[in-house]
Amino acid sequence: MEEFFQQLTNGLAVGGIYALIALGYTMVYGVLKLINFAHGDLFTLGAYLGLSLLTSLGLSGRLGPLAGLLLLALLVMGFVALTGALLERAAYRPLRQSPRLSAVVSALGASIFLQNTIMLLYGARIHVYPQDILPKVAIDIGGLSIPLVRILVFVVSLLLMGALYLFIQRTRLGTAIRAAAIDQAAARLMGINVDQVILIVFLIGPGLGGVAGLLVGLYYGQVNFTMGWVYGLKAFTAAILGGIGNIPGAMVGGLILGVIEAMGAAYISVAWKDAIAFMVLIVILIVRPTGILGERVADKI
Amino acid sequence: MGFQQPVTNMTDSKYKIAGFGALILLLAVSPLFLNAYWVDVLNSVGLYALLALSLNVILGDAGLYNMGHAAFFAVGAYAAAYLNTQCGLPILWALPVSGILAGLFGLLLARPVIHLRGDYLLIVTVGVGEIVRIALINNLFGITGGPNGIFGIARPELFGFRIRRPLEFFYLIWGFVAVTVFLFARLKNSRFGRALDCLREDPIAAEGSGINTGRYQLLAFMLGAAWAGMAGCLYATKMTIISPESFSFWESVLIFIIVILGGAGNISGVILGTFLIIGLPELFRGFASARMWVFGLAMMIMMVFRTEGILPHRPRLFKGLDRLLP
Repeated sequence: MEEFFQQLTNGLAVGGIYALIALGYTMVYGVLKLINFAHGDLFTLGAYLGLSLLTSLGLSGRLGPLAGLLLLALLVMGFVALTGALLERAAYRPLRQSPRLSAVVSALGASIFLQNTIMLLYGARIHVYPQDILPKVAIDIGGLSIPLVRILVFVVSLLLMGALYLFIQRTRLGTAIRAAAIDQAAARLMGINVDQVILIVFLIGPGLGGVAGLLVGLYYGQVNFTMGWVYGLKAFTAAILGGIGNIPGAMVGGLILGVIEAMGAAYISVAWKDAIAFMVLIVILIVRPTGILGERVADKI
Repeated sequence: MGFQQPVTNMTDSKYKIAGFGALILLLAVSPLFLNAYWVDVLNSVGLYALLALSLNVILGDAGLYNMGHAAFFAVGAYAAAYLNTQCGLPILWALPVSGILAGLFGLLLARPVIHLRGDYLLIVTVGVGEIVRIALINNLFGITGGPNGIFGIARPELFGFRIRRPLEFFYLIWGFVAVTVFLFARLKNSRFGRALDCLREDPIAAEGSGINTGRYQLLAFMLGAAWAGMAGCLYATKMTIISPESFSFWESVLIFIIVILGGAGNISGVILGTFLIIGLPELFRGFASARMWVFGLAMMIMMVFRTEGILPHRPRLFKGLDRLLP
C-alpha cells in the first residue's frame, strides 16, 4: 500500500505540472482554435531561465528559500509571458484569417526556432539544477513520508490553478475570455476587445507554462533543451483528455494523466510508460469523443 | 451534361506544359552530373515526396488531420524487412505486401476514430505514431529487433539486375514517384477525388448530396497509409537496416509540414515543398549548429507570407463555368 500511495502522490505532482502546461494549450485553443505547438518550448524556456536566475542571482541565499523561490517564479513567469505575447504578434497574428493548419505549421516553425535558440544559448548538454535550493527533507503525512519538493510542486500547481479558475469565473476579463472562446464574432459585437483577450491569453498561458518548467527543474533536478516536445505532447494529450477549450477540463485531464502514467509505470511496465498515456487517450475518445468535460457542440446546418 | 470535362486550370498554356517537361527532364538527367552525396539527397527527397504525396491524400484531399504518418511508413518498412530477412521474399515482391499491410493497419486504426473532430484526430494519430514507435523499441511479438532494428535487408533485383548504387536507386525511387503522381492526379479528377473535395469543404453538404462521407474518408485514409507503407519498403531496401529512431514523431511532423507548406491538395505544391523542406537544410549546412534555427525561422516566415502554402490548391473550373463567374 505504501508503494501505491507513493506512486499516487508522485502522479499527482507530475499531473499538476501537466495541468499547468495543458492550461496554456487549452486557453489558446479556446480563443484562437490554434494548437500552439511552441507552447512546450516556452515551458522549456521557463526551466532554463529558472536555472540561469538561480545560479546567477542566488536569490534563495539572500531571501531564504521560500521568498527566493517566489520571486524567482514571478520573474520566470513574467519573462516567459512576454515571450509568449511576442510570439503571438510575430508568428500567429498574421495568420489569423488563413486556413487553420497554416497557423499550426507556423507554430511548429516557432517551436523549432525556440528550441534551437535555447540550444544555441545554453549548449546541447543536459543541465543540472543546483541541489541546495530546497532542504532535502521528507514530511510525514499519515504514516507516509513524502519529499518536500513533491508537496511544493503539487501545492504550487493547485494554487495557480485555483487562482486561474477564480480569475476566469469571477472577473470581467475572465468572463470576456470565456465569451471569446464560445463565439469570437459575437463577443466582438458585445464590445469585447478580442485582440486584448488574445493578448491576455498569450500572457497567462505561457506564464503558467514557464512556472511549470521551473517546477520540473526543481522536481527532477535536470533539464534538457528537447524536453518541451515530450511535455508539450503529454500536456496537449491532457487538454484533449479533459475536453479542449475547457479550463477545468485541462486541470482534471492533467491530474488524471499524471496519475495514470505513474501507476502504469509502476504496475504495468516502465518501457511502455509513454504509450500508456496515449492508449488511455484513445480509449476515452472512443467512448467520449469530446473528452471528459467537453460539451458536445451540435453542427450547424 | 455540359460540365463533364474539367478544365483543370484555365491558365494552362503550352508554356506551362513545356516548363514542367523541362523540369522533369532536368531532374531525370541531374544525377548524371552530381556526385553520390547529392544523388543520395535527391533519393531522400524522392522518398519524402512519396510520403508527402500519400499524406496529401489524407490531409490535403480528405482534410483528415493525420500527424502520425510515420506509423504507416514504419509498418511498411518493418513488414518488408521481416518478409525479406525471415521469409526470403524478394524485396520488390514485398512492395505490394507491405502496402497492403500498412493499408489494413490504417483501416483498423481509423475505423473507430475517423468521426473525431479535427484536432482530436490529430492527437490520436500522434498517439498512434508514438505507440507504434514504442512497440518497435520494445520488440513487439519478438519480430522487430528492439532498439537495434532489423538489418541485412536485401537490395532489389529487377530482371536479374541488382540495384545498389545511389544512381540506380534514384531511377527506382523517382520512377515510383512518377507513377504515384500520375495515379494520384488521375484520382483527383475522378469521382473519388471530387467526393473528397466536396466532403473536405463541407461534410454536411456532402452527406446531403448522397456522398457516404465515412466510407470515402476511410478509403482515403487507407490509400494514404498503404502508399506510405510502400515508401517504407523502398526505404528499407535503400538503407538495408532499419531501426525505430527512423520513425519518430519528428518524421511525422516533417511530412505534415511538407504538405501544408507546399500547398495542401496540390500535387506540384507538395513536391516543391519536399524539395524545400528536405533540400534546404542541406544548403543551410554552412550555418553549422544554427542550421535548424534558420530552418524554424524560414518556416515561420514562409507561412506568414504564403498563408495557404507555396502553391495553394485551386478549385477546379469547368468549361462554360468561367462565363458564369464574374
